[in-house]
Amino acid sequence: MNELKAYLKRPLSLLLRVAVTAAAILTVVVLIFLILYILINGIPYMKPSLFALEYNSENVSVVPSIISTLYLVGLSLLLAVPFGIGCAIYLTEYAKPTSRFVRVIRVTTETLSGIPSIIYGLFGMIFFVTALHFGYSILAGALTAAIMILPLIIRTTEEAIKSVPDLYREASYGLGAGKLRTIFRVVLPSAMPGILSGIILAIGRVIGETAALLYTAGTVAKIPDGLFSGGRTLALHMYVLSGEGLHMGEAFATGIILLALVVLVNFATGRIVKRFTAKGLQ
Amino acid sequence: MEKFEIRNLNLHYGAFHALKDVNMKIKERTITAFIGPSGCGKSTFLKTLNRMNDLIPECKIEGDILLDGQDIYRNFDVNDLRRDVGMVFQKPNPFPMSIYDNIAYGPRTHGIKNRSKLDEIVEQSLREAAIWDEVKDRLKKSALALSGGQQQRICIARALAVKPSVLLMDEPTSALDPISTTKVEDLVARLKEHYTIVIVTHNMQQAARVSDKTAFFLLGEVVEYGSTEEIFSMPKDKRTEDYITGRFG
Repeated sequence: MNELKAYLKRPLSLLLRVAVTAAAILTVVVLIFLILYILINGIPYMKPSLFALEYNSENVSVVPSIISTLYLVGLSLLLAVPFGIGCAIYLTEYAKPTSRFVRVIRVTTETLSGIPSIIYGLFGMIFFVTALHFGYSILAGALTAAIMILPLIIRTTEEAIKSVPDLYREASYGLGAGKLRTIFRVVLPSAMPGILSGIILAIGRVIGETAALLYTAGTVAKIPDGLFSGGRTLALHMYVLSGEGLHMGEAFATGIILLALVVLVNFATGRIVKRFTAKGLQ
Repeated sequence: MEKFEIRNLNLHYGAFHALKDVNMKIKERTITAFIGPSGCGKSTFLKTLNRMNDLIPECKIEGDILLDGQDIYRNFDVNDLRRDVGMVFQKPNPFPMSIYDNIAYGPRTHGIKNRSKLDEIVEQSLREAAIWDEVKDRLKKSALALSGGQQQRICIARALAVKPSVLLMDEPTSALDPISTTKVEDLVARLKEHYTIVIVTHNMQQAARVSDKTAFFLLGEVVEYGSTEEIFSMPKDKRTEDYITGRFG
């Protein structure tokens, strides 16, 4: 009651309070609405036939897409993570922060992270698919996706490494450890939670990506049988189904699977991060 | 026997002349205290003794530092030097790992992989640092869960685990409460039996309590270096007297 009285004396404060509360509520409402909308439209179509091993235009099975998605995410991480972490280690531990080379890398990564994904898609099509003759393939898709997530991984790893206190480095050097050992045994493990959260963001981007993969991984709805065979990811499956307009319900059902996958990845990585920090901090 | 012999040491940080013509001999198995106001160069000097200043760009060093008669800049691999000349820092800085892994980090770095050998070193080092009884039941727990005073003794144990002959301590008790400080001081006094100890301190009572010899630094120069008793009872230099009687600093 007292609070209300105080607010009545200052109408502007009251207005602001109402506005920020409304903003918070609206955000949650929009998200809930979105999820409910997808669930309501999708759940009736979560039929066993949607999970048939083979895709045909009757059952529009998502199984090949789920497998393609996992392949693509796995392969693009395999390509981008070592490179990204390596680059971040170079930038933070080896390069002179003021050197021209470092500035060039900074500008490059920042530009890369600002490019719309369709441009990556076109580049991938021209370079990997056509010039290198990879064809529409998991490999071409993963390479394109890897380039796309590289700046994200570099940036988050760099921040994570920078936040490792110098005290740890000094302690390690003081015991006669070299630079390499200090980085791999002390700095990287301490930075691991931050690096992992960057990787989650990267996974999220690849899972949700369509434009960059449409013309690189292709839209063949078959379980890929090698690096050079094409594959349709879940997001692309949704895109194609809604484009055709014949299986809207199944497109929503795919959306549910996609959402579940993202939630699962977040949850799993959250657990891993927790375990890493728990080891060090408790 | 002389452990360290420092001759005409000059150190520059860029344009700043941080140490001026330092000459000093440090005897084996003694405790030497460096005192002086902030910015007088005592920590800088300490860090040259195991070449921690190598990490700072624009740091230029002239003169000779001999450890057991060997020049530490010319005749030593820096990692071997730091193994022999261990360091304990101002703020306790255990790694975010288990107590066991903290102590075993140094030995592992120098190639010891045998499990029972590591167990032995860990126990011995923790005992030497007078913290074994407090942590023996939780070696697998994180070192960061310990109190500040315990963390500092873990850091001392970690430094001892690589079997150095010298221990450099950079204000090791400045971040600790009085009880922990007493424990660390007692420990330092006991370690003298096996190690040569150089300790930088802001606390003059501490220097008087634990050290055999004391060097008073001012503006990058060693104003006076001699037995602790003499420095504190009858300093030869007026500036030393002013400092220890609290007239400045």
